[in-house]
Amino acid sequence: MKYPVQTQGDYTILSLTGDVDLSCSPQAREQILKELKKKKPLLVSLLEVDYIDSSGVASLVEGFQVARKEKIEFGLVGVSKAAMQVLQLARLDKVFPIYDSIEECVNK
Amino acid sequence: MELLERIHVLSQADKLKPVREVIKEIAEKQKCAPENVECMVMAINEGCMNIMQHAYAEDEEGEILLEFYKDGQELVVRIYDFAETVDKATIKSRDLDDIRPGGLGVHIINKVMDKVEYLDGPDGIGNLLEMRKKIKSK
Repeated sequence: MKYPVQTQGDYTILSLTGDVDLSCSPQAREQILKELKKKKPLLVSLLEVDYIDSSGVASLVEGFQVARKEKIEFGLVGVSKAAMQVLQLARLDKVFPIYDSIEECVNK
Repeated sequence: MELLERIHVLSQADKLKPVREVIKEIAEKQKCAPENVECMVMAINEGCMNIMQHAYAEDEEGEILLEFYKDGQELVVRIYDFAETVDKATIKSRDLDDIRPGGLGVHIINKVMDKVEYLDGPDGIGNLLEMRKKIKSK
């Protein structure tokens, strides 16, 4: 499983898709950390995430922490209803910068 | 309690999705409220994942047994593993203000289910997680 990556201006957008559970969260984590090594602002799109469990959320938290340490902008974009439900349960919806769209983030 | 279904799965991450699909099917067949179906799917996924990551420590030959029951107006799920018995005092959620990867599974389970109990497995072998959820919303 390799998640699609695109760029828009200075931003890199990594799009997680489908069910982000223990079977693929290690790949999500690896890709997030790999993109952060490029030291460019990173948005993780959750628009097409049908399901995410705590292992998937842990990958996002790790990315957030690495980005904060390295002073790289990191956020979530287009969070699906299923993903938002888990983020809210973990009270992480108040921790991650969350944008409705890439444009909202780029033009902020 | 009426036994609805009994499922054996190996401790392999790619088994989680089929397990989620089976849970959804069972709960919907019992006319469980959609939001409660989602809660059960989440909690059982997290329970199985905790077993895979911690009890079996990624030993992919470990066996997980799931039993689903109907008890009056509640659905009951029992998740058994046959790994070393875990000290139940060590099973706890992390402080949510301590932002770090991991430690959220137990919190999610406690939050979405009506009753959660961690027990020793039958005959002192392994561990048992028993969870209950009302079929209808409050």
